[in-house]
Amino acid sequence: MQALEYVAPASLDEAVAALAKHGATARVLAGGTDVIIQAREGRRQVGVMVDIKGIKEATSFSFGSDGSLTVGAAAPCARLYGDAEVQKRFPALVDSASLIGGIQIQSRASLGGNLCNSSPAADSIPTLIALGGVCNIIGPSGKRDVPVEDFCTAPGQNVLQAGELLVSITFPAPAANSGAAFERFIPRNEMDIAVVNAAASVALSADGSKFESARIAVGAVAPTPLYVKAAGDALAGKPVSEATIDAAAAAASDAAKPITDMRGSAAQRKHLAGVLTKHVINTAIARAKGA
Amino acid sequence: MVTTSKPEYKVIGTRPVRPDGVDKVTGRAQYGADIKQQGALAGRVLRSPHAHANLKKIDASKALALDGVKAVVTARDIVGPDGDLSKLPDPAANILAGTKVLYRGHAVAAVAAINDHVAQEALKLIEVEYEVLPAVLDVREAMRPDAPILHEALRTRAPTGPSEGPSNVVAQTVSAFGDIEAGFAECDVIVEREFSTKMVHQGYIEPQAATAHWNSDDQLTIWTCTQGSFPARESVSQILGHPISKIKVIPTEIGGGFGGKISVYLEPVAALLSRATGKPVSMRMDRTDVFEGTGPTPGTNIRIKLGATKDGKLRAAYGDMAYENGAYPGSAAMYATMVVTAAYQIEHVKFDGFDVVVNKPRTQDYRAPSAPAAAFAMEQLIDEIADQLKIDPLKFRLMNSAAEGSRGPMGMPFKRIGHEECVEAALNSPHYNTPLEGPNRGRGVASGFWFNVGLRSSVNVSVQPDGTVNLNEGNTDIGGTRASLAMQLAETLGITFEDVKATVVDTDSVGVNDVTAGSRVTFASGMAVHEAGKNLIAALKERLAPTWQTTPDEVQFEAGVFKNADGSKTMTFKEAAVATVGRGVGLTVSGSVNAGFLAGGGFAHHIVDVEVDPDTGKTTILRYTAIQDAGTAVHPAYVEGQMQGGAVQGIGWALNEEYYYDDTGRMANSSFLDYRIPTSLDVPMIETIIVEVPNPLHPFGVRGVGEPGIVPPLAAIANAVARATGVRQTQLPMSPRRILETTRGIA
Repeated sequence: MQALEYVAPASLDEAVAALAKHGATARVLAGGTDVIIQAREGRRQVGVMVDIKGIKEATSFSFGSDGSLTVGAAAPCARLYGDAEVQKRFPALVDSASLIGGIQIQSRASLGGNLCNSSPAADSIPTLIALGGVCNIIGPSGKRDVPVEDFCTAPGQNVLQAGELLVSITFPAPAANSGAAFERFIPRNEMDIAVVNAAASVALSADGSKFESARIAVGAVAPTPLYVKAAGDALAGKPVSEATIDAAAAAASDAAKPITDMRGSAAQRKHLAGVLTKHVINTAIARAKGA
Repeated sequence: MVTTSKPEYKVIGTRPVRPDGVDKVTGRAQYGADIKQQGALAGRVLRSPHAHANLKKIDASKALALDGVKAVVTARDIVGPDGDLSKLPDPAANILAGTKVLYRGHAVAAVAAINDHVAQEALKLIEVEYEVLPAVLDVREAMRPDAPILHEALRTRAPTGPSEGPSNVVAQTVSAFGDIEAGFAECDVIVEREFSTKMVHQGYIEPQAATAHWNSDDQLTIWTCTQGSFPARESVSQILGHPISKIKVIPTEIGGGFGGKISVYLEPVAALLSRATGKPVSMRMDRTDVFEGTGPTPGTNIRIKLGATKDGKLRAAYGDMAYENGAYPGSAAMYATMVVTAAYQIEHVKFDGFDVVVNKPRTQDYRAPSAPAAAFAMEQLIDEIADQLKIDPLKFRLMNSAAEGSRGPMGMPFKRIGHEECVEAALNSPHYNTPLEGPNRGRGVASGFWFNVGLRSSVNVSVQPDGTVNLNEGNTDIGGTRASLAMQLAETLGITFEDVKATVVDTDSVGVNDVTAGSRVTFASGMAVHEAGKNLIAALKERLAPTWQTTPDEVQFEAGVFKNADGSKTMTFKEAAVATVGRGVGLTVSGSVNAGFLAGGGFAHHIVDVEVDPDTGKTTILRYTAIQDAGTAVHPAYVEGQMQGGAVQGIGWALNEEYYYDDTGRMANSSFLDYRIPTSLDVPMIETIIVEVPNPLHPFGVRGVGEPGIVPPLAAIANAVARATGVRQTQLPMSPRRILETTRGIA
């Protein structure tokens, strides 16, 4: 590993200035659970680490008066899933945040870091997509918002331009009678990268008989985590039934364009995309009904 | 615990606190990478990115120009300026390639620098010119006449004589008894299948690490986490042409080995770097180095045909067993042909073994090397025949079990063995007598055998003035042998475990000890300890006799007490030791044995319940029972630990572990993230039943227990999965991917 510099800005302005000053060799450091390892293993050349853990907007999370939730990009997963309100209102975030790494990792790792690492198999991104998350980005030319499903562009790559920084992610307030869930499939029971993962968010009619709307996302089946609009459309307005859910699962499986590698075969992943989509829809329904 | 009959022991069979425990749980124990020598440099190895290539040129000038770099060495430093690199012997060529690289990860050069970071940067500056050659990664493909040849000089050793031209087949070995044609003619049921397994790694937690200091007087000192300080000394001596009298190997604590730390890798390289720089040089591997550059266990392709009569007697077996040796010749297939039918009496057998080189790391032993893959095949066919004959799989094994006097793996009759007792213990176990209910679930059983390698052991015992004794052993304590040897010495001397202090010492401080492997240390070094104990008792008789005004042969020693002929004078061992050594001259004795080669062995039997998720293909281990004949369990908790460890490693091998290669011969999963050994969350508590059928070859009836426990799991789990899914599994790993492919055609 080559020697590198470290700076710790105290404000967003200072962070943007630091990123601008150091250009392409600068890298944002949140929890560091990916980027430090990548630097150590020579998979990323980093000249300057810009640590954003001293910036309040990046490390806190809060609910808006409208019931929305804004999560700082460097807020550690453990704090998020340990929060009673988050557990109550956004259980799918807890699903994701509580299975990324072990407890030590969760005390450092953040949703923002997971998103900016932009792995196709990231265990939070399908959830962020299903929940309709929006990325709050700041850069030399000001602020801009990008829906999470448009954030990743390729394995390890995303829409952030030189000098830009992900500050936080905002989730709209959950609709009435809604529920969401995330699940991943791994061959072991822990310490593994998803072969496939999936998240669903569903809003039901007041009597629970029909889907009002739904958002489905699957991961590790394409170069980026996939928002599968067709799967949500297969549910919206339809009765809550096994046939409807099977149709949504089939849509997710169809959308999957996986590869074969050491973690699984393309055929296995396509199949699992359907299996997991079905699982997460059923869990989301149960949560919507207050089960 | 199931025990046939054994003497009343005072120390053997108890569960004292392990003497190395405190240092290990507090982090004070010194492992390979903990050795810090004043002024030491850091060494790193440059490895081949190609699976097969001619090594044309190595230019280290840019690396040597980097600030902080002190030396770069290559195989040229082994053979000298005028040496012939093409004649480098295999052990040397494996640690620094001569004219060819034979696998990705093959070491080609090494650098010493002021710290590890500089050393790693320097590796990027070494320019190597390769002429890339076609690689062969599959054992059956490597056997084809048109396969790329690894070693031009290699000729197949076969019963019919050596092959005419070069071949990748190292040897064809045959293990045959009776007349298989006649045998199969008698059979009413014949099953035949082809099985294959992938290369897997031992997965020891501690990566290889070594420090060497080549002093200006040519005395070479090596600190290393090895499974054999004496074999390491000999290997370094042979590779470097440096006399063993000038080499001292100091073994550190060892974080697992399972056979993978028998061979040297970094030790001679660190020595070369130290010679070049005049400084101590410390080297350690990272996990990718360990996967790509050390010695995993072979992948296999095994075809077996097995037949029985309708009354349930196995009569004939034929097999063709091909084992990858990796880049250099080995002998795994030869062992496989010997052990594959060891648990059974089958009159007519013939097994052809093929040891084959492929462009993968040179394989090494891994816990009962060759036997698990052989059992994966054999024990599934046993189950199929039992099913076809509608006989309980355990009763079928019992009906055909090997026993005292039946033909053993080498053709000689078995001495007293405990396979029948293991299977009976399984039949009587709570696990087997609890029905398994529910969909997608199945129960499997399997037996396994492995030898006790005997070989040479030597220990020193010295009496302290307070009557306690110090035991110096030369085998690394890899499986609890400080405790198990101290217990055997305490038993011999009639003293308490706490009165024996066991220490692992270096190669200058004790007689020759062979490898810490082959389930041999508690067995063979236990014999040396017993010998030393008897020598010590004899020496004390000599010292007591004059004071008791008698002759040494009139002094009796029984149950820890010396007494004269009429019993009027008595002294415990400790009293005698204080009386004679406390105020007299010192007393040191040794015990040295050669316990022979493959001097017996032991059996294990496992029962497993699984549930296979039909949607995801994932197999969950619901319940697991490991049964094993320990002969005499010296420290039952350690025995149980060995049984559980073997089962857990077998579970990983069965379900997920494999060297996953891409088309270029690169291992794509060379980290513990993607090479999936089981975690604590992936296995249930492994229940254990120790069977004790004392080993007639050992003074306390001890059998080595380290290895048999990894032999049954692959087959037991495959048998369970077959019952859960209705589909026979002939390939490992039985990963979720593989299960979906075979049960649902999702491929």
